[in-house]
Amino acid sequence: MPHLVNDRFNLIIQTHSHAMPFLTVADLRTYFHTRSGVVRAVDGVSFSLQRGETLGIVGESGSGKSVTCYSMMGLIAQPPGKIESGTAFFDGVDLLNCSPAQARSIRGKRISMIFQDPMTSLNPYLRIGEQLIEPLLIHEKISHKDAIKRGIEMLEAVGINDAASRISQYPHEFSGGMRQRVMIAMALITKPELLIADEPTTALDVTVQAQILELISKMQKELNMAVIFITHDLAVVSGLCDRVQVMYAGRILETADTRSLFYNPKHPYTQALQKSIPANQAKGKELFTIKGLPPDVSKPLPSCPFAPRCDFAVERCLTEPISLTALSEGHAQACLRVQAKEI
Amino acid sequence: MSDTILELQNVKTHFPIHRGFIFKRLVGSVKAVDGVSLTLKRGEVLGLVGESGCGKSTLARTILQLLPTTEGRILLNGKDLTLASRKEMTAIRCHMQMIFQDPFASLNPRRTVFETLAEPLRVHNVCDKKDVPQRVASLLETVGLSSRFIHKYPHEFSGGQRQRIAIARALALEPKLIIADEPVSALDVSIQAQILNLLAELTRKMGLSLVFIAHDLSVVKHISDRIAVMYLGKVVELGTATEVIDNPLHPYTKALVSAIPQPDPDSEKNRHRIMLPGDPPSPINPPSGCTFHTRCPHAIEACKVAIPDLIAHKGRFVACSRIKDL
Ligand SMILES: Nc1ncnc2c1ncn2[C@@H]1O[C@H](COP(=O)(O)OP(=O)(O)O)[C@@H](O)[C@H]1O
Ligand SMILES: Nc1ncnc2c1ncn2[C@@H]1O[C@H](COP(=O)(O)OP(=O)(O)O)[C@@H](O)[C@H]1O
Ligand SMILES: [Mg+2]
Ligand SMILES: [Mg+2]
Repeated sequence: MPHLVNDRFNLIIQTHSHAMPFLTVADLRTYFHTRSGVVRAVDGVSFSLQRGETLGIVGESGSGKSVTCYSMMGLIAQPPGKIESGTAFFDGVDLLNCSPAQARSIRGKRISMIFQDPMTSLNPYLRIGEQLIEPLLIHEKISHKDAIKRGIEMLEAVGINDAASRISQYPHEFSGGMRQRVMIAMALITKPELLIADEPTTALDVTVQAQILELISKMQKELNMAVIFITHDLAVVSGLCDRVQVMYAGRILETADTRSLFYNPKHPYTQALQKSIPANQAKGKELFTIKGLPPDVSKPLPSCPFAPRCDFAVERCLTEPISLTALSEGHAQACLRVQAKEI
Repeated sequence: MSDTILELQNVKTHFPIHRGFIFKRLVGSVKAVDGVSLTLKRGEVLGLVGESGCGKSTLARTILQLLPTTEGRILLNGKDLTLASRKEMTAIRCHMQMIFQDPFASLNPRRTVFETLAEPLRVHNVCDKKDVPQRVASLLETVGLSSRFIHKYPHEFSGGQRQRIAIARALALEPKLIIADEPVSALDVSIQAQILNLLAELTRKMGLSLVFIAHDLSVVKHISDRIAVMYLGKVVELGTATEVIDNPLHPYTKALVSAIPQPDPDSEKNRHRIMLPGDPPSPINPPSGCTFHTRCPHAIEACKVAIPDLIAHKGRFVACSRIKDL
């Protein structure tokens, strides 16, 4: 594995010494061409990631979080999906336009992904061990015996007791939380440089969620990986992520370091989202709500997709072109009126 | 009329486990609800929380007598439902309604909103046939839906709107008690807040009693007057919502509360989490004594033996033998 970096200082040196940042996604557009119209699932998304960094992607369901990451991982079924534009440079290789062989050498080895429901991504008829070591057998020159040994070590690392005997069990013999641990072990067995976690704790109880979040941070430190953590729950990213970006209708509306996003949110949508969390509101009072309904991305949307629900929207929010513009170092947002310092 | 609408006395719901193909043998039982005693006052909102599998849904379905009670009494307005005949139950059910997590699964996809809402009105002869359309329209208004939608089908609605329809259906017979099983868990935060406001307003305006089941503790705290915390089919702590969440006493509640992530990066950095090892044990063969002892950071030898009662402590009820030492 190239360059392990241990601290912020090294990180800065390294990013400066590289021509390309670790991951740079630019102007990604992924549409689905369905019978009922064109679904603009991801519509002009750009972001970048440093080595070892944790980026949270938050947004309500349908905002394009999963499709953003599936696009990078080559998991979009085409048709009906189509990556209409964009690049995603990972350590100098454009994942969206490289040769299939190049893509294979990266996806599943240097970048791994875990999903919300471990049962749908585990084969119920195969022993855990066989599934766990599969990425190793594909990507590394390793004997079956050594792979199993690595598998057992990995299961132990993710906190599964009695790993040597559990490795030959089937998925149904594991509880929900344990299966998610197996999924994490499987994703990490190739020591990836980037882990994409798509709502990995959404289906779990808070107690198990706490275990899994702690496990992800621990493994991240050990392997020095970057993590993209997708969730609809703002509270989950607050303790875990260095940076957070907020998605709405296939676009990024705001991105900032985690403290700024929570303590100094600028975009009206981010502010509204935060205000509607019950934990942030006085008990017994009526909860703050965002009026209207989530956007339908298969219909034409105004220039600012949040405008129809926004308390601050004016005429030009519907028509004037809008871009994600930096307010300060590392903090960018896409509200015209905030950019014009009107609100 | 007494102040209490619902009283549960040592309610148990066990599911038998059979083995064998032709000669089915009874080999054990899932002790899904295992001795719950609770009361619900008129107009009160009682939150029910606990990890998945602790028996919340089973308890809800037992209260509505959708499942047979293995043991114990369920008194609705003083009448024991476990002794009611089937005919009596049909009449009693009008007073109790349930709202489920997934409104899509609980609404008939081939029925329009009008048909869905008119059916209970007709079946129970609530009003004159000619008044049905007006009643349906007023139900829709109560839950904040335009009567334009009256002839649409469930798939034409968003998740939040479908939940409103399910609430309207539950209200059709003017029940006194509603049991809502994870009614907002499938909804996005912005929509969740709308539904919570609606439920809170309805209970207040209509004097409804509500049992509110959810796994999101901050949601439950917001809407509930009191909260009951369940673990492996038993209530381990019961108290006012604010006290239980802000100052939990039972070691299990403490761990549960400490696991909730807060939308506040600074407090997240400094907080102390009580990590519970593993998952809850199986309700088929629950641990001896205090069933929480296998995961409890404070368990001592005695906890493996003595079954703790739910006893009054500092203004609430806690089932922990060590509560005075902690
Ligand atoms: N295979 C598909 N066909 C058509 N539409 C799709 C498909 N996959 C996703 N979409 C649509 O793309 C949008 C974004 O979806 P997704 O990225 O899964 O949202 P999120 O992960 O933020 O909840 C949604 O409107 C969704 O319905
Ligand atoms: N019909 C059934 N037959 C057997 N076991 C059941 C049945 N329904 C629920 N259970 C079991 O009862 C326990 C409690 O389930 P449930 O009431 O659904 O919990 P919760 O709603 O708190 O998640 C679980 O162990 C579950 O597997
Ligand atoms: Mg998703
Ligand atoms: Mg349930």
